[in-house]
Amino acid sequence: MSSTFASLVTVLFDGISFGMILFLISVGLSITMGVMRVVNLAHCGFAMIGGYLTVAFTTMAGLPYGVAIVLAVIGTMLIGAVLERTVYSWVYGQSELGQVLMTMGLVLVMIASANALFGSSIQNVPVPSELRGTVQLGVVGLPVYRLFLILVAVACGVAIWLGLEKTAAGARLRAAVDNARIAGCVGINVKSLFAVTFAIGCGFAGLGGALGADMFPLEPYYALHYLVLVLIVVSVGGLGSIKGTLCAAILLGLVDTLGRYYLPVGGGIVIYLATLVVLLLRPQGLFGRPA
Amino acid sequence: MNYALETRGLCKRFGAIEVTKNVGLKIGQGARHALIGPNGAGKTTFINLCTGVLAPNEGAILVGGTDLTRATPQRRVNHGLVRTFQLNTLFNQLTVAENLAIPVAQRLGRSWKPWGRTGGDDAVRAEVALLLEQLGLGALAAKKIVELAYGQRRLVEIGIALALQPRVLLLDEPAAGIPNGESGMILDLLERLPPELAIVFIEHDMNLVFRFAKRITVLVEGAVLTEGSVDEIRNDPRVRDVYLGRRHD
Amino acid sequence: MKHEFNKLLPTNALPHYRLGPMDVLPWIVALAAFFTFDTYLSLGAQILVMVIFGLSLDLVLGFAGITTLGHAAFFGVGAYAAGYYNLHVSQEPLTGLLVAGGAAGIIGVLSGLLVLRTHGLALLMLTMVITVLLHEVANAWGSVTGGADGLSGIGVDPLFGSFEFDLYGTTAYLYALGVLFLVFLVVRTVVNSPFGLSLRGIRENAKRMGLVGASVHLRLVAVYTLSAVLAGIAGGLGAQITRTVSLDRLTFQLSGDILIMLIIGGVGRMYGAFIGIPLYMLMLDRAAAINPFHWMFAVGLMLIVLVRFAPGGLMSLAERAPFNFLRSAPGATASDAKEGA
Repeated sequence: MSSTFASLVTVLFDGISFGMILFLISVGLSITMGVMRVVNLAHCGFAMIGGYLTVAFTTMAGLPYGVAIVLAVIGTMLIGAVLERTVYSWVYGQSELGQVLMTMGLVLVMIASANALFGSSIQNVPVPSELRGTVQLGVVGLPVYRLFLILVAVACGVAIWLGLEKTAAGARLRAAVDNARIAGCVGINVKSLFAVTFAIGCGFAGLGGALGADMFPLEPYYALHYLVLVLIVVSVGGLGSIKGTLCAAILLGLVDTLGRYYLPVGGGIVIYLATLVVLLLRPQGLFGRPA
Repeated sequence: MNYALETRGLCKRFGAIEVTKNVGLKIGQGARHALIGPNGAGKTTFINLCTGVLAPNEGAILVGGTDLTRATPQRRVNHGLVRTFQLNTLFNQLTVAENLAIPVAQRLGRSWKPWGRTGGDDAVRAEVALLLEQLGLGALAAKKIVELAYGQRRLVEIGIALALQPRVLLLDEPAAGIPNGESGMILDLLERLPPELAIVFIEHDMNLVFRFAKRITVLVEGAVLTEGSVDEIRNDPRVRDVYLGRRHD
Repeated sequence: MKHEFNKLLPTNALPHYRLGPMDVLPWIVALAAFFTFDTYLSLGAQILVMVIFGLSLDLVLGFAGITTLGHAAFFGVGAYAAGYYNLHVSQEPLTGLLVAGGAAGIIGVLSGLLVLRTHGLALLMLTMVITVLLHEVANAWGSVTGGADGLSGIGVDPLFGSFEFDLYGTTAYLYALGVLFLVFLVVRTVVNSPFGLSLRGIRENAKRMGLVGASVHLRLVAVYTLSAVLAGIAGGLGAQITRTVSLDRLTFQLSGDILIMLIIGGVGRMYGAFIGIPLYMLMLDRAAAINPFHWMFAVGLMLIVLVRFAPGGLMSLAERAPFNFLRSAPGATASDAKEGA
């Protein structure tokens, strides 16, 4: 009896940590798509970049874990900023089809580059000894690393929320989400706002990719494998809504993990059917603003 | 007695904001009725309510005596209620002739045919040619909209509405964006429109209003301030106040 | 009277695809390939299958303006339907194609009724989700689809009772070419028709279309269903020619691939599929032997460059001087608007 309880708690815990990584990866996309209104199919690629950079800094350069992660996030942000000023700015005015195509092309370039630089086998991010092992909570043993993940993701979520709600920059961003044209007219520098927002979004994705490397294995096709999941989180949650992304990510994480343990065949079907229903009844997502 | 267009007690609210307050209009056949008022008075909202783009909270809309308050926009068009847009809403990458052929084919019931050519249909060709002549755009028939000057596009905008052979035509600022001195070609077109057609138009260009309108309704903050003939409105002090402000002597 | 109308209404006022010398070219090339490259006919047949698939996508994307990443759903459903029919009902190829088209058409009309009320990202997402959903269903429904192993051993009866399908792909190639020709006729007829004009009207300005009294949603569902039927026929043809069906016919990656192939040639220009798809598949065939990832890099880079400099694909380049003689008629899609405006 207690062992089924224990395994249920473990599964739920796994689901929540999976969801938290998904949140980290997706939150940047939700904001950039909400602000810039660009369909960005390459977003998962930035998570992949963050993961691979961490591998490079730890395994190849021998840097300690914490330093490597920070550098990887910064690196991802830089790459994101450069790409935003170049290829993304080309498609801002274009039709959706143009954006889909450009970002598809970018994903392909990312996958091919990852393969060229790191090979096609799965790369591991070595976890420091302090974060290994389990913590006993009654009958349940919870992995320390997963706890760490959840804490980091929650901290990030709080930081984003504080940043958006409590700072002047956040207010400008929210104004731009509401109406970019008018925001420009009242003196908000929309261009640099886009650039900074995009870079930060890529940074969070990179963090998610780096931290989540055990649940989301790093290999060149990473950028495509999780694209559908991330897009589901973002569109079901609602573009531009942190709350929505968090809820959708956790829900998805729980359903996916529970499904994998208890209903291996049906899990994916449940997620996709649920997404269909939500998007048909509320095309703007659970917490998004109506068009 | 059936009016071409009649609204009774039309009200529209967005949350706590009332944008249309109890607006009643009676437009008879052959009317030349202007709807004027300061910006934000709810004139375009009124047109959106009439055409079914917005649903009213209260009130009724009747076209030729038929209650169309709950009808879909398509049904209203089929009953002869047609509008134009303040901003050109055209089929930009298609030619002028195609822009006109689409509503003509739609009206003649030919637009579901999945074979043959639109150009091969004599009835459609005839009407499109006639429209081009009416609009004075014959020479531009093969040009795409993106290749046209602004004023010419405005004519196509009205042309699409005429192609539907409306009974009631709602014109949303037909001279919008055209410098005051050049509104002549729009005015020419309007004056040549069929006399039995009922026309309601929103306009800020007062030259156009005073030359073309026979009756005027003044809308202020969503409600009807007053209605009357051109002379009555021109001399009404309340209308002057609304547009020009009050004198402080 | 008619003479006057002709003066006021020159033929290019209501443009349509007229038969010109350029129209014969693709067919000549296809037949020439048949005679010269007789060892590559099975690859050739598969290319023709993809051209049919691409044409079906061009119908909704280029002419009706529906941006979808879910067309592989119809291709895959058609493939599985034809495969199942072949293994359990009859090995006759032509009825197999009808079954394939019918099955895909049913999925098309049902999904179209649901999703075509939305647009933009929501529509894109819904088409993607339907594809991955059907993929999962196919994966799970092993008794019908063979699950992860797929269907194999599809043996097709001789065409018309006399033309056997041999190992060299001779019959397969001509069979595929014949089907392509018929599908092309259908697409071209629809595009030239008044219905086709109303679709282009929806693509250009759906709001105005609604306000001239047209039911936008129903028209979109109609063309989406037709396109699904054609994509299903392509899938069924592919199943019959390669004698297998596998899950990779039902992935959103395939939706993306066919989109890329079509874009290279050009969307909304009738012959875009004929140019882009064979080009892509032939180069893929060469490159896969060397290093698939290099090919992926090149395609990705090319897409980015294409979007920046030639959004209309290779055929839009063909429309600029000095290649104007290659132009065939109504082209220009909404995605070109940035170029022309």
